[in-house]
Amino acid sequence: MVRFALRRLVITVPMVLAVVSLTWGLIRLAPGNFYATERALPAAVEANIRAKYGLDQPWYVQYGRVLANTIRGDFGNSLRYQGQSVNEILRATVPVSAALGVAAYGLALLIGIPIGAVSATRQNSGTDYASMAFAMIGISVPNFVLGPLLVLGFALSWYWLPPARWEGFFSLNTIMPVITLSAVYTAYIARLSRAGMLEVMRSNYIRTARAKGLDERTVIVRHALRGGLLPVLSFSGPALALLVSGTVVVERIFALPGLGNYFINANLNRDEPLIIGIVAFTSIAVLFFNLLVDVAYGFVDPRVRV
Amino acid sequence: MAPAPTPRAASPEPAVGTSLWQDAWRRLRRNRLAVVGMVCTAVVALASFAGPPIIAAATGYTYDYIPPNQSLVRSFAPFTAPDGGFSWLHPMGTDEAGRDMLARVLLGGRISLMVGVIATLVSLVIGVAYGATAGFFGGRIDDVMMRIVDILYAIPYMMIVIVLLAFFGGQSPLSQLFLLFVALGAVSWLTMARIVRGQVLSLKEREFVLAARAAGTPAGRIIWRHLIPNALGPVIVYATLTVPNVMLQEAFLSFLGLGVQAPYTSWGSLAADGIRTIAIFPWQLLFPGVTMAITLFSLNFLGDGLRDALDPQMRKA
Repeated sequence: MVRFALRRLVITVPMVLAVVSLTWGLIRLAPGNFYATERALPAAVEANIRAKYGLDQPWYVQYGRVLANTIRGDFGNSLRYQGQSVNEILRATVPVSAALGVAAYGLALLIGIPIGAVSATRQNSGTDYASMAFAMIGISVPNFVLGPLLVLGFALSWYWLPPARWEGFFSLNTIMPVITLSAVYTAYIARLSRAGMLEVMRSNYIRTARAKGLDERTVIVRHALRGGLLPVLSFSGPALALLVSGTVVVERIFALPGLGNYFINANLNRDEPLIIGIVAFTSIAVLFFNLLVDVAYGFVDPRVRV
Repeated sequence: MAPAPTPRAASPEPAVGTSLWQDAWRRLRRNRLAVVGMVCTAVVALASFAGPPIIAAATGYTYDYIPPNQSLVRSFAPFTAPDGGFSWLHPMGTDEAGRDMLARVLLGGRISLMVGVIATLVSLVIGVAYGATAGFFGGRIDDVMMRIVDILYAIPYMMIVIVLLAFFGGQSPLSQLFLLFVALGAVSWLTMARIVRGQVLSLKEREFVLAARAAGTPAGRIIWRHLIPNALGPVIVYATLTVPNVMLQEAFLSFLGLGVQAPYTSWGSLAADGIRTIAIFPWQLLFPGVTMAITLFSLNFLGDGLRDALDPQMRKA
């Protein structure tokens, strides 16, 4: 197990560098650059700025510096946000996005698993059909429709909740973004846990548990859930990669100062160091969580020997 | 008390077998939700492609027709005439420029569906080729190829798509569409590759292939009647479920202003326009948003129904 985790951890480094290289390559191959704006700078000024950010050096020197920066975890200064380093921006924005993401995924687990488990134990009942139809709605309504609808109802019509902005995690402002973000995951988790439970309920070890006279509640909570939730666990790794793109939209809708909002702006501003920094950070986070999920899988499912 | 087992009557003529596809079609038709999904999808697709010319012929409104003397600040509510009375002219209202929302939503649907289907086809080609290669060769090549897929799963690929569109997009509306097809197709093939590889790996060794061979079936017939139909089922199911996924991603990119560009429009970009005026003209967001939700809902139900119909293993669940 330890060897497996270490090997995966080592693989993470070249993978992050590969993602960073791909991003950097795309930025460099694209026409135009940060200085190609409508209001042209005097040539001397532009040359000075380019020298300051090292943009006057040959491409391989710049590429080498990007890789070195990524390894050191120091991405230099933002081109757009004057006087701020990329690391400072990351320190300010990551907590916002991370809080949103963790809260949303936690909420999704909290609601999705019971819905899925109950549906599975009452397969083909009205409850089952209703909750699966509900889950399908959750998957089909895009978050950029759900979010504005919540705003329209709770903020603009009934004035219960503030419509946007970030006032710290523990404020009314956080409620709607978290709900918007979690809807899709709640739906997926409900479907996955239902399917997983259905499969497990037919297995021999559940029959054994019933045969030794355990009551149905214990059978489900102590025995079936553990195996039935494996699909949810393996979904959690890739889900995190998806959560990243989900937060971009939610941060846009609710005007939250998170990673996603800055990432879109960095792209529109062609702020290369900031883009590289955010991509590198996100890749590391996603790879790390995938590793965590795989290790957890080995603990929960004794059949998996890594 | 259990009924006595009825001995199967020996019919004088040989039983007529139903093919896999006839069987699946029968099961699909019995699934009410899947049928509703299929009909809804067909209606939306038909309306998106046939609707705009009909509206243009009937009312003169195309998706980008701006009526003269438009004040540019008024947006008509659904079924409202300029004087405030009832009118059939704009069943979904208009936007601030006075453009008919129905025509725009239908055209948006055309683009959204097109992106969904074409990007799915791109992912299908990549996924089937990749998965079949890995499954066919097996062994070390398979190990390496599937390891690469595992690794790619863990990449925040949407970020790379955003970078790609932000830096290479915006040349022309048509090249932007092309970029969307390729970019979304190129990031959606991973699961498809896994499915195809698994199918090819197991089908090579299955008993029914052996049985068919033992019965003297020629190789060509085995491939056409046994291998391909069996591998095709999961592929079709997954492709059906990829379409709504890709459409969501397209909408998400268009919502951020990186996807479909004017004069084209899509449900995502219509929603992005609508959200700005949601407090005063909510229908500008509601109609594209709800139409899209219904379409995705239908496609998902259709995909689920297809899976139940084509995969007898799942059906027992």
